[in-house]
Amino acid sequence: MTTQPAKSEAAGGVGRRPAGHRLLWPALILLALLLGNLAFHHDFFSVRVRDGHLYGSLIDILQFGAPLILVALGMTLVIATRGIDLSVGSTVAIAGALACGHISTAARPGSVATMLTAVALALGVALALGLANGFLVSGLGVQPIVATLILMVAGRGVAQLITDGQIITVTSAPYKMIGGGYWLTFPFAVLLAAGLVALTAFVTRRSALGMLIESVGGNPAASRLVGIRAGGLLALVYVVSALCAAVAGLMISSNVSSADGNNAGLWIELDAILAVVVGGTALTGGRFSVGGTVLGALIIQTLSTTVYTLGVPPETSLVFKAFVVIVVCLVQSPVFRAKVLRRRRTTTPRSHTTAGAAPQQQEAGA
Amino acid sequence: MARRAVLVLTAALLASSSTACSTSSPASSSPSEAKAGSGKTITLGFAQVGAESGWRTANTKSVQEAAKKAGITLKFSDAQQKQENQIKAIRNFIQQKVDVIAFSPVVESGWDTVLKEAKDAGIPVILTDRAVDTKDTSLYKTFLGSDFVKEGKSAGEWLTAAYANEQGPVNIVELQGTTGSAPANDRKAGFADAIRADGKFKIVASQTGDFTRAKGKEVMQAFLKSQKDIDVLYAHNDDMALGAIQAIEESGKKPGTDIKVISVDGIKDAFVAMTEGKINVVVECNPMLGDQLMELTKKVAAGEDVPPRIETQEGVFPQDKAAAALPSRNY
Repeated sequence: MTTQPAKSEAAGGVGRRPAGHRLLWPALILLALLLGNLAFHHDFFSVRVRDGHLYGSLIDILQFGAPLILVALGMTLVIATRGIDLSVGSTVAIAGALACGHISTAARPGSVATMLTAVALALGVALALGLANGFLVSGLGVQPIVATLILMVAGRGVAQLITDGQIITVTSAPYKMIGGGYWLTFPFAVLLAAGLVALTAFVTRRSALGMLIESVGGNPAASRLVGIRAGGLLALVYVVSALCAAVAGLMISSNVSSADGNNAGLWIELDAILAVVVGGTALTGGRFSVGGTVLGALIIQTLSTTVYTLGVPPETSLVFKAFVVIVVCLVQSPVFRAKVLRRRRTTTPRSHTTAGAAPQQQEAGA
Repeated sequence: MARRAVLVLTAALLASSSTACSTSSPASSSPSEAKAGSGKTITLGFAQVGAESGWRTANTKSVQEAAKKAGITLKFSDAQQKQENQIKAIRNFIQQKVDVIAFSPVVESGWDTVLKEAKDAGIPVILTDRAVDTKDTSLYKTFLGSDFVKEGKSAGEWLTAAYANEQGPVNIVELQGTTGSAPANDRKAGFADAIRADGKFKIVASQTGDFTRAKGKEVMQAFLKSQKDIDVLYAHNDDMALGAIQAIEESGKKPGTDIKVISVDGIKDAFVAMTEGKINVVVECNPMLGDQLMELTKKVAAGEDVPPRIETQEGVFPQDKAAAALPSRNY
């Protein structure tokens, strides 16, 4: 609630459309990365139809980015409440392990019913995991980073227990559909992710839910005093986060038709947090941008693809990625932009620039 | 309150230290007997990398079963692919005064300090499966495991033989293992060595797939788009090859025919893929080194001299041998 005036003031001072302005920089960065790829590899943008489905680098980015988008989507809501969910990587592994474990021992692994039971099983367990996180955070008041750290460490072990440390390979056409299949020539995973993103955006922005979440994150005490049931909302975002992670886990394991309890979703929580931050959601809570998160996740996936396309040696690829992320964060920072602009525009009156920069800074603070 | 907390803490500490003493006492009270191997059980501390693949699980099982069979007390620790965990485990073993320490290093470098501690404590160290990069070879007794350079070479030799009568260029893409790990470094070097002599072989792209199926598929999918013409895929392990095969199939090409696939390890799934014609050759990397390790442990504990390097027995399986070998693959 407290952030609202600051935001509208910033929007009034800099651009007319607040959403458009906030998404401008992530969108420009993504475009720059894609154009950079195009410079090195001339048919990077070409999308053809092969074997009855779309085929091309852009489709790959969307398909491999879909799980990250989902995990980051749940993370966005958690971060908006000033929390963090470190357990999503483990939830990814558990979901994949449960589903593949069920399918591999089922009587008819290829049937749709088996697939649906497997999916229901994975989502059901994820629901319980999300509730556990939510209870720790909102019921017992444990700090989110500690509460979810428990499941992050233990969950990986649970996934390894389910798979017995082995990689479970399954052959099930209906299950393959989730992460590796195509529907109307389009990757099903991308459609599923897009659907869930649209649903989340609709529910949070067309109802008061988004604003309530932001107010809980902005000032928990004040929002409680005005009568918002913060406890339930807090638990809800952790449940949503766990469910999103579970769907991502199903996609990842379905894409390679196997469950790998040790490596599936390893460090995806960090990528997701990065995607959320790059997308313009502040870790201090109180505001969030679903669109920004989607762009952020796509930036990170494009970065991976760029490493493969440019042939950056594996020894230096992490440094390369870090460098790009630093640039992205600097470009996003209003303070940094204001400083660089001020130095360049020596001819313009000083008072004018600072007046323009002030509301921007306020926005960053909010 | 504070005093009570201190009391409880001291009590807990005392309890834990006394149990540590009691577990290590059989070994420490009569070290000469244990080392002479006269009936006293030998304690072996084994620090495993983790459980990252089917290969590794088979390796773990082999060590555990062999220890039971040989009557050696095994203290097993899983490092979950982290060097710091492994160093911690080794320090624990030193504190517990085990007779012999064996471990598969997660990465090649950074072991000098902890190995020096083991040496100062008089505990011999056996490296299994992966080597360490150190100038001081007195820090460990022996290395038992596969020769990754040789595996890379075998893969390269199979390729040069298969393309002996063909005109070049032969475009190769490589899926490396985890960056910095011994198998990735050595399999890359050995392979490059074997194909260097002939100019027609060219590695056009090489990226890490982290030894996993998902990464292998993702990287191969990018390769298929960025490289015009790929003749051969060389994957540092089977899981990456299996992921890459899916990517090749989805691009409308036939793995094993349009793009030849060379892989290392020899897990069951890879043999199944080979019988389907999707992998052309698998260079075996044998995880069943438990029995050899126990034999070595006894010798080292008794103070006998052992050769500084012992290789496990390994083979090369081309497609025509796959069907015959498949039933005997147990990992």
